[in-house]
Amino acid sequence: MKIKSQKDFFSGLLFMGFGVAFAWGAATYKVGQADRMGPGYFPLMLGILMTVLGVLIVAKALVVKTESGDKIGGWAWKPLAYVLGANLAFGVLLGGLPGIGLPAFGLVAGIYVLTLVASLAGKRFGFRRALVLATVLAAFSYLVFIVFLKLQIPAWPAFLAG
Amino acid sequence: MDLFSNLSLGFGVALTPINLLYAFIGCFFGTLIGVLPGIGPVATIAMLLPATFALPPVSALIMLAGIYYGAQYGGSTTSILVNLPGEASSVVTCIDGYQMARQGRAGLALATAALGSFFAGSVGVLMLAAFARPLTVLASKFGPAEYFSLMVLGLIGAVVLASGSLLKAIAMTVLGLLLGIVGTDVNSGVPRFSFGIPELIDGIGFVVIAMGIFGYGEIVSNLGQAEGEREVFTTEVHDLFPTKRDFKDITPAVLRGTVVGSILGVLPGGGALLGAFAAYALEKKVGQRPGDIPFGKGNIRGVASPESANNAGAQTSFIPLLTLGIPPNAVMALMIGAMIIHNIQPGPQVMARNPELFWGLIASMWIGNLMLVILNLPLNGMWIRLLKVPYDFLFPAIVLFCAIGVYATNNNTFDIWMVALFGFVGYLFIKLGCEPAPLLLGFILGPMMEENLRRALLLSLGDWSTFVTRPLSAGLLAAAVLMLFVVLLPAVKTKRKAAFIEE
Repeated sequence: MKIKSQKDFFSGLLFMGFGVAFAWGAATYKVGQADRMGPGYFPLMLGILMTVLGVLIVAKALVVKTESGDKIGGWAWKPLAYVLGANLAFGVLLGGLPGIGLPAFGLVAGIYVLTLVASLAGKRFGFRRALVLATVLAAFSYLVFIVFLKLQIPAWPAFLAG
Repeated sequence: MDLFSNLSLGFGVALTPINLLYAFIGCFFGTLIGVLPGIGPVATIAMLLPATFALPPVSALIMLAGIYYGAQYGGSTTSILVNLPGEASSVVTCIDGYQMARQGRAGLALATAALGSFFAGSVGVLMLAAFARPLTVLASKFGPAEYFSLMVLGLIGAVVLASGSLLKAIAMTVLGLLLGIVGTDVNSGVPRFSFGIPELIDGIGFVVIAMGIFGYGEIVSNLGQAEGEREVFTTEVHDLFPTKRDFKDITPAVLRGTVVGSILGVLPGGGALLGAFAAYALEKKVGQRPGDIPFGKGNIRGVASPESANNAGAQTSFIPLLTLGIPPNAVMALMIGAMIIHNIQPGPQVMARNPELFWGLIASMWIGNLMLVILNLPLNGMWIRLLKVPYDFLFPAIVLFCAIGVYATNNNTFDIWMVALFGFVGYLFIKLGCEPAPLLLGFILGPMMEENLRRALLLSLGDWSTFVTRPLSAGLLAAAVLMLFVVLLPAVKTKRKAAFIEE
């Protein structure tokens, strides 16, 4: 049997996976019956529905012809890794990682690292340009979020602020 | 007159300097992100939400609402000048708007879009004010069974109007409902699907989901696409004002667009996007006089009608939100989240309990529309210059503001890890051709649906027939079934495909 729509086939599998996982998890809670639903009732119902939908989508992907085969196409791994990596690095610098004894470096350091890493995801990367952008964004964010809106975000490294 | 005194109360609230300022900020940001392709109102509202924590709820909602309808104005500028939709709802404006720009009539197209939007926005606001009371009266007759059926109708509506596969859209909705369930069960106190992680006991934040899927997912997808050649018409924007003959063409088109947009905006799943498509299709059906420029070649009606419709729809989609507490689209789902954060329980009681908020918001929308005409006509040059900023500068800034926004919502780095996860999931969905809007809607409605389902069945002693024996509930479910049925009709099916193919 040939896959007629790659996109549908894999999304169907994904939904089936989610459905089974949620239904399974829900079954570990008290399910109860319709007039006295336990915490498991609604998610179990939805999990089963989701699994059925997943099966239907997979079946459709195997049966219904599409013009181009509905290929998923290439993945943008590089932008994905840099954008999410920038976000994670920002989180680490902002809050620190007590698990490995890394102190919090605060917002300003986080902005510089985030901007530099995220810029790598673009088509053209210039270190100088990214640095200028980071400086502008850091100044703007400091003024808006810390000075003007007074959000409780640590701006500077914890060990400097004392 | 009742409506009159309510509106004067509203204008009293909306005209205070602080609320004027926040309406302006909202409209300004709305226009900004409307002009910029690649960032939509959902991500922007989620980003700016933390900035509203310190504000009074009225000002916060006034600003967030301004972003949504402001984006409808801004989107047309990009469509007309660059042939790229600044917003999804301006997709059809590209067709005739860009042709007009190529013929040196960009100024006229921009003016038509802004004036049409203003007229339509004003009508939408009036409809909102007029229909609010009758609908809340109706809502007071609603029990849990009716609410449940109404939410089913809303979700089905969102699914039907999603582009692409119907089955996948339903699956996305169900996944949203399931994600909404993560966290403590209010009835039994059992933490569900939280894997012993303390942060998950409170559930997944909707800002995290909105930002991950609509912010990061979209950015990665944009970066993965090949950069097209852009031709920006920036120098020749003049002759803004329509001539008498233009007015003759525009007026009926604007009226038709406004009616179509207002009606489709209220429907569950509706909003700005659908109205614009339907209005353009209608305008083509109406036909033209001999000697008119054909559609697709720069007919002014092809700009006037959809631009009016998207703005009318943006306003009237607030009707179900404010009167019933049911969000008709993803943006309204975020507005519900914003209301809850500001301790306002969405639903029919908002009008009675927070009249100054309710009418203040409505009045501010009209004022906002007025501001937008000024922002978009005389100040158009400013936005045009913005179109020259390369995406390389833009996207790191968007990534940053998403990250700050997510962190500031709970002052918690855990949310930053979660948003990375949802960013990946969001990109995965884009690659798999699954539209994310129904997921966000399901996510917001999940807990409400479960609560009402439980209560309805508790009252009926476990009898499921309560949903079809109560007339209002039965009517709502019948409407949902009818909607599904209509889309599955072969004739509509091909039409639906054609309508979305123009994207």
